[in-house]
Amino acid sequence: MNKPIKQHLIDPEICIRCHACVEACPKDAITHDDVNVVVDASICDMEMACIGPCPTGAIDNWLVVMQPYTLEEQLGWEELPAQADLSAAGGDTSVEALDDAVAALLAEAHQGAGGAAKAPASASHPTVNVNGVKNPIEAVVQGNYRLTAEDADADVRHIILNLGPGKFPILEGQTVGILPPGQDENGRPHGPRLYSMSSPRDGERPNTNNLSLTVKREDGGVCSNYICDLKRGDKVNLTGPFGSTFLIPEDPATRLIMVCTGTGSAPFRGFTMRRQRTMPAAKGTMKLFFGARTPESLPYFGPLGKVPQTFLEKHFAFSRVKDQPKTYVQDKLREDGEAIAPMLTDGGTHIYVCGLKAMEAGVDAAFEDIAHGAGLKWAEVKAAMRESGRYHVETY
Amino acid sequence: MLDLINVSYDTQIPNNVGLSSDRRVLKALEKWHPGYINWWKGLIPQNFQESLVYLRTAISVDPKGWAKFGYVKMPEYRWGVLLAPQVEDRRIPCGEHVGEPAWQEVPGEYRALMRRLIVIQGDTEPASVEQQKFLALSAPSLYDMRNLFQVNVEEGRHLWAMVYLLHKYFGADGREEADELLLRQSGSDEKPRMLGAFNEETPDWLSFFMFTYFTDRDGKMQLEALAQSGFDPLSRTCRFMLTEEAHHMFVGETGVGRTIQRTCEAMNAAGITDPYDINAVRALGVIDLPTIQKKLNLHYTLSLDLFGQEVSTNAANAFNAGIKGRYQEHKLEDDHKLTNDTYPVAEYLDGKILLKDAPALTAVNMRLRDDYTKDAAGGVGRWNAIIKKHNIEFALALPHEGFHRQIGIFNEAPITPDGNVISRDEWDAQRDQWLPSKADGDYIASLMKPVSEPGQYAGWIAPPRVGIDNKPGDFEYVQLHMA
Repeated sequence: MNKPIKQHLIDPEICIRCHACVEACPKDAITHDDVNVVVDASICDMEMACIGPCPTGAIDNWLVVMQPYTLEEQLGWEELPAQADLSAAGGDTSVEALDDAVAALLAEAHQGAGGAAKAPASASHPTVNVNGVKNPIEAVVQGNYRLTAEDADADVRHIILNLGPGKFPILEGQTVGILPPGQDENGRPHGPRLYSMSSPRDGERPNTNNLSLTVKREDGGVCSNYICDLKRGDKVNLTGPFGSTFLIPEDPATRLIMVCTGTGSAPFRGFTMRRQRTMPAAKGTMKLFFGARTPESLPYFGPLGKVPQTFLEKHFAFSRVKDQPKTYVQDKLREDGEAIAPMLTDGGTHIYVCGLKAMEAGVDAAFEDIAHGAGLKWAEVKAAMRESGRYHVETY
Repeated sequence: MLDLINVSYDTQIPNNVGLSSDRRVLKALEKWHPGYINWWKGLIPQNFQESLVYLRTAISVDPKGWAKFGYVKMPEYRWGVLLAPQVEDRRIPCGEHVGEPAWQEVPGEYRALMRRLIVIQGDTEPASVEQQKFLALSAPSLYDMRNLFQVNVEEGRHLWAMVYLLHKYFGADGREEADELLLRQSGSDEKPRMLGAFNEETPDWLSFFMFTYFTDRDGKMQLEALAQSGFDPLSRTCRFMLTEEAHHMFVGETGVGRTIQRTCEAMNAAGITDPYDINAVRALGVIDLPTIQKKLNLHYTLSLDLFGQEVSTNAANAFNAGIKGRYQEHKLEDDHKLTNDTYPVAEYLDGKILLKDAPALTAVNMRLRDDYTKDAAGGVGRWNAIIKKHNIEFALALPHEGFHRQIGIFNEAPITPDGNVISRDEWDAQRDQWLPSKADGDYIASLMKPVSEPGQYAGWIAPPRVGIDNKPGDFEYVQLHMA
């Protein structure tokens, strides 16, 4: 069976034929006749040099196809064809990244949603794979702060990477690849490891060209130790951005239920800060269910405390606090069941689950109970939400 | 090592030309700088100067860094001197010196000619900002206001680009010319701008869109021709300006397109099928298609005049000297000298329009204008596609090259948009059918009410299909300063 590919195309209804992209493409993959500007799929290697100079955004179009559209076909277009449904052909239509290895990693992370992931309808259009393994972007470490208490059992760090003059168009919920230096046991360079961005798209502070990551030191972890040991001023090679579905809806009428453990909180920090910047006066649009062993080992415990409960409704679950019963995120979900139940049938509700694979089953069971109590079938609710881009799982 | 891609901020003037080690030019530009800022501050109404505008600024001249978006107050915009990267071993592309290494300094014999070309180009840049200075007061949306300001700051940067060349390569004469660029004023009686089309005020947003589509496109073609210059710094300057110019083309094409879109939608919704039922269409608060055609006729013909005389020895000299090439000279396959070639040029004799072969060398203006017309026709076709999609029987068209001209062989000739020669009296009697009348202007002016809610648009124009920098529909492109 043929493997579907992601083809770079230009929307002829939006393009103004200024040919800035033709000039920008270092591979001469873009040509034109008197009518249309077209991309030769056999030459285009997704270097993305054309994206910035395009004044219209027409250049930023991608279709997943079994057979690339030829130049002749594209020259005859009056409008961009619709994305064909490739599910019948057995193809996977949700291309999250152009790099096969990264796509496989993301597909595995999104498995828990129980079907092909879709982006929220009002999410910003994501750009993927601006920088690949062959042309990573260099970032400079601007800060490396320990988030967990010195005596906590986990060492989780907040890393701020300055992109300098580089352009790296990343959205909240997208991931970056980090290339650790050195080689594996077979003498090959280490491949990229993926980390969710924990800052909003416009930087830690508005309009700073930086991004942050939330990384936990793993025993013997090649990349996590590399990152956790980084010093201010160190240089890091990044690839990405990756991921095109685990994104925040921009529609202010939408409500988010975010469930996470540990460093799974990273995208939700980005989501929260995004909404703090775009709709600071909003009330009751976000719920966060956050699990950790103790308050000392819960990343961002201090800063989270400062976000008003009316803006972000927080439910913390701690499983190792002395003299207290073990509590997990699923318990907190059930406690809030009465408030969650009516949200399950509301088309504005978006659910996000992020953390360790181990949390999936418990969270799923909790939603099942809540749905059941409201006379709903969770499997059906979940499928409908997923189909409409409102149910997202990213676990590892 | 000198970094020629990334912009250096080690002087007050961002640049990628190593200004910090070029004391003479740096000093001259620093002296010119306050005058420029004064000029800018005196232009656009104060509350817009204080507003935060979501603009793009170039931080490098390679594709990845030149469109960096962020909020900025316009007087704090980082205007800078940016040249496209030098092409190794570049050669003079045309004329008698074809094939010789491109000049890095101005050859003495062409000094005056080259200075004049740079001054004319430079004069149009601040002129258009002056023409558009009051438009923000009636912006149909924050999105459009932002696009206007982006065009304005980039025209400002284009002025910087030309002023740099004057200071760097033309000594005391150049400095004097650079000062003059800030003294002339669009529409002024004492010191007008150099070209006629740049002394008319841009009275409304449809005029602005038509101006950016048709008149800025003349600018684009002139830049294309200067990008082919054998004087390498001029070529590199213009090549970078062209990337920015694409945004201006975009504002024009989509602005007119969105106006047409809204008119068609309103007609469809009201069940109006006759595009010539002007009163019924205007009752909907949108601009009728025949009036849009009249605006097109006006701006297209004013822009044709900017190309100068069809047959011109000045143009021939510039080409022959290798100072100004043809459109896409590097892609043309001939000897690049034009010594024995001919080019068809229209003639107007005894009330008849004829086509005659002229020496190609003296017809380079005509050729550039033909390339322009071809380029301009593309967008008109796409506007017609919008009308067709709404099942309305109407098609916009570019008028005949002889219609409503003030320069060249058709100067003052009574020719209709279809290219028929008629008597002067007949022409005068029908003028208002072809060109906007006072009443048309009044009607359009009546629609120009500002809309400043994010995501909201005036009733006469459709929202854009894609946001700037992929922003969502209700993005606040301008955070208005409330005084």
